[in-house]
Amino acid sequence: MRLHRRSLLALALATGLTAPSLALAQDDTIKIGLLATFEGPFTVLGEDGERGAMVAVEEAGGTAGGKKIEIVKGSSDASPDSAVRAARKLVEQDGVKVLVGPLSGDEGIAVKDYAKTKPDVTFINGTSAAQDTTFRDPAENFFRFSTDGAQWMAGLGTYAFNDKGYKNVAVVAEDYSFPYTQVFGFMAEFCKAGGKVPSKSWVPIGNKDFSSVIAALPDDVDAIYVALGGADAVNFLSQYQQAGGSAPLVGGSITVDQTVLTSQGKTRDVLIGTPSAGPTADTNDAPAWKAFVEAYKKQPNAFPSPSLFAHGYYVNMKAAILGLNEVKGDVSDGGANLRAALSKLSFDTPTGKVSLDKNRNAIADIYLTEVVEGPDGNLLNKLVKVVPQVNQTLGIDEAEFKALGAVSRDNPSCP
Amino acid sequence: MSLVATTPATERPAFLGKIGAGHILLAAALIFYPAVANDFFLTQIGGYSLIFGMIGLSLMVLAGYGGMVSLAQITVAGIAGYAVAIFGLNNSGVHGFGWPWWIVAPFAMLLAAIVSALIGWVAVRTEGIYTIMITLAIATAAFYFAQQNYTIFNGFPGFNGLRAPEFWGVNWRDPVPFYYLCLGCAALAYAAVLYCSRSTFGLTLQAIRDNPRRMRAIGYHVTAHKVFAWFLSGLIAGLAGVLLIWFNGRVSPGTINVAAAINVLVIAVIGGLKHPIGPFLGAVVVVLMQTFAIDIVGAERFNTLIGLVFLMIVFVSPDGILGLWERLKPHLAQDSLRPGP
Amino acid sequence: MSLLEQPRTSVESTGFTRKQVWGLFWLLLAAVVAWLIFAVWPAWLNAVLISKKAFVSAVMNGLTLAGLYFLVASGFTLVFGLMRNVNLAHGSLYLLGAYIGYEVGARTGYWLLGVAAGFVVLAVVGVLMQVLVFRRLEGDDLRQTLVTIGISIVAADLMLAVWGGQTYQLATPEWLDGAVTLPVITAVRSNGASVFLTYPFYRLVVLAAAVVIGVGLWLMLNRTRVGMMIRAGVDDRAMLSASGVNVHAVFAIVFAVGAGLAGFAGVVGGSALSVAPGEDVRYLLASLVVVIVGGMGSITGAAIGALLIGLAEQIGLVYFPTYGVVLTFVIMVVTLAIRPQGIMGKAR
Repeated sequence: MRLHRRSLLALALATGLTAPSLALAQDDTIKIGLLATFEGPFTVLGEDGERGAMVAVEEAGGTAGGKKIEIVKGSSDASPDSAVRAARKLVEQDGVKVLVGPLSGDEGIAVKDYAKTKPDVTFINGTSAAQDTTFRDPAENFFRFSTDGAQWMAGLGTYAFNDKGYKNVAVVAEDYSFPYTQVFGFMAEFCKAGGKVPSKSWVPIGNKDFSSVIAALPDDVDAIYVALGGADAVNFLSQYQQAGGSAPLVGGSITVDQTVLTSQGKTRDVLIGTPSAGPTADTNDAPAWKAFVEAYKKQPNAFPSPSLFAHGYYVNMKAAILGLNEVKGDVSDGGANLRAALSKLSFDTPTGKVSLDKNRNAIADIYLTEVVEGPDGNLLNKLVKVVPQVNQTLGIDEAEFKALGAVSRDNPSCP
Repeated sequence: MSLVATTPATERPAFLGKIGAGHILLAAALIFYPAVANDFFLTQIGGYSLIFGMIGLSLMVLAGYGGMVSLAQITVAGIAGYAVAIFGLNNSGVHGFGWPWWIVAPFAMLLAAIVSALIGWVAVRTEGIYTIMITLAIATAAFYFAQQNYTIFNGFPGFNGLRAPEFWGVNWRDPVPFYYLCLGCAALAYAAVLYCSRSTFGLTLQAIRDNPRRMRAIGYHVTAHKVFAWFLSGLIAGLAGVLLIWFNGRVSPGTINVAAAINVLVIAVIGGLKHPIGPFLGAVVVVLMQTFAIDIVGAERFNTLIGLVFLMIVFVSPDGILGLWERLKPHLAQDSLRPGP
Repeated sequence: MSLLEQPRTSVESTGFTRKQVWGLFWLLLAAVVAWLIFAVWPAWLNAVLISKKAFVSAVMNGLTLAGLYFLVASGFTLVFGLMRNVNLAHGSLYLLGAYIGYEVGARTGYWLLGVAAGFVVLAVVGVLMQVLVFRRLEGDDLRQTLVTIGISIVAADLMLAVWGGQTYQLATPEWLDGAVTLPVITAVRSNGASVFLTYPFYRLVVLAAAVVIGVGLWLMLNRTRVGMMIRAGVDDRAMLSASGVNVHAVFAIVFAVGAGLAGFAGVVGGSALSVAPGEDVRYLLASLVVVIVGGMGSITGAAIGALLIGLAEQIGLVYFPTYGVVLTFVIMVVTLAIRPQGIMGKAR
């Protein structure tokens, strides 16, 4: 029986990590944790996030505050539990003092909760875009230099109502918090402008067959607002095309992201002309954006244009590096100086100036876009308009915004 | 094998003397483990392994003694976890009745055991191999229901901000207390299972596993015995579920998804289903692999690695690591070897 | 094996009249459905069921989905019926078939070639699994099942490595594209013109293919020598073997057909919907529920189960999307409670 104990210890020793590995971190390197979805259905998105983060690291010459950056990867499968587990490993075992991530909405809320128990570690968001990560019950050491799902929709509702002339719009969206947030952002403006949303279809995530949902959409709407991501978006779009759907579409941010636009199949006919909004636009002519795209394309297996996951991880990793530069890479004070520097940080990204509000959530430009066919036949998001410096309350007074309540299936509503 | 040494006196000293050496050594190793391990190894490896070992143990009770392989053990643990979130305190703003932990924890265990008995009652109505399919389907249904239902389970995000209790001046989520808490619970469960397996009920259950028809003919109520085994296994899974939720600080449908359900089976099979120590061994191996795969083979191919290990175990040694051991040391085997289901 | 040998005489003695009652019930149900589909709906019915278009589409989609489920589940149920082997890697066979169909279709430009490749390659994979894995573990049901779990874990991960996490769509040929108008009036415009239901042609083809294959399987099982051996094997494997039949050859044929059908369904289903990681688990679960409801080892049962589950899933999605997913499992649990061996299953 002793063998069991010995084999147990041997296993522990074989991995060489029984002793705290903090000692391994030398003085001239700084460890940054990179938490993204490297397994499960969101693997593609997580890998693109990593590309974005690596662009920022390479741009800084691989150093921050005079120290060599050592990236330690943590992998989740997009479930909040796995995100917390990966974050714990990065913080408690690998000893990172700065962590960039996670990728998806509920992961963000879970990691924020974990952040509260580790006050001397600095957490910087990846692309997680749930409102409540920073808006309700925020953590002092959780920073988000990217914007949330409702912010991403800034300008779209007004544009759809005024410029496109859509008065009645049906909503099809996945049944969880990120689409709730996006629908909230869209409807907040659209309903205010006088639009009506007579029907909302919340579809369980991972549903493949949308044809019945499509058939049940009311006939008398001017357009359909679609907030689906990845495989769900591709399925919906191709089945909408198959069913001969005629109403134009309005897209959520990840519905017309590069991950969907590059998918093989028959989605392009229904996609062209779809207005959307988000933190990036593929045809942005700003030199800073073009430089970013060039740097991004040097990464292995890159998409034709960076997805918003690459963009989000880039911006947040860049913020981490800038913050570390200001404190000369010194986090020996439990990161207090770093966090003070980050709070005041304001910098120019490929998509305009970014600064933080008092909840440490980004105030940044949002891009109103429309899907067009690019010169070599690939689909792109053409820049229509820049909505400058959108804050988390979408320009509404904070108390009033809070009174609108937390996002849910039924909030907001304007049938 | 160790753990019995921490609660032995209440049972049979003779039994302790018979196979005690290994138990005592392992117990000592486990008790003094905090002296050599850092916090991460205490909770993320030690505590987590003990918790998943217990869930594996609840499967071992059913599979090893009852011949019923269940994939719904994580669901049962999850029920207890959700009960802790709903009746205890959470910060998701849904439910959170704030009952004290010493009511919530036993209540959650009892609820889990009742649900387990219900699952068992459905599953034992059919013949052997059906059980694995039905429990897989039930586990998936529970996952979907938890994900879609906001009034009870708070849907996709689940519950956040669940705190382990603080009493006797100790915060039980601190690394060392939490490790000992898990160790104590695991030892209790382990000892209980060992005791039960030698009790009249345990022997009857094993006889039913080997020949249900004969047992029925003799006059035993076969279904009742099996359902009671599900109830007992539910108590263990429920206890593990409560610990798991204190450990994670949160519970969501992701806690009880299909991957998690299969994970429990992998743990139990890799460790071995013939003896209650098996699942704990399996848990240590799997948790170590899970945690450090990203540093060794990269997270991307982790599942291939664990799948291959699993396949190898099933092919080479049907009784898991434990079986390998017993093959090496046949003279020690008599004590725990039993004919397979 | 048998936990259920209480005498079932009560069922047998009242079986005949019960059959009649059920026949009447099904006839009535068919009449109601026919009326629902072909009649022009009164306003109140439209109000209750959203719209006729929604309802009829949901039913049609349910039927085509049932066709797909049947293709996958029939292989699963055949393999179980004969070998007592719960192949939990069956979903992986579906997904692998879809990927292979995609690769062949995309490279050669012939979708039909992709379909054929999906069937053939997976049939070969099925035979290999039988010869290399299951034959070695014969007689040990539990270990066989555990092995299939291991295979599905590894297969899912390797497929993710090769094809990545993207969503693939198989390009169907032109002649399968587009929608057809069905002789079903969904509404009458104010000017008296009727609006007919349009439905994707491809889905009708899927449904037709499922029906043809179902009939083919039935004929094979009931009218051929191999089918006879398979049925004999389902009833008593030992006796079949004792009467001089090469059981292993029969096993290999069944495994080839079962896996091939899963691969075929993968290509066909991947063209109707899409191919992405996670589909394996989805179709495995669908097959599980279908055969649990329909009864293990019965092709007819698989058809009935697929019909129930397909319809429930689609109608649930439209009328109560929140719990639509759970509905299929409710059907399963109810079936288990009333008839543990499944609708067409034999009590053992």
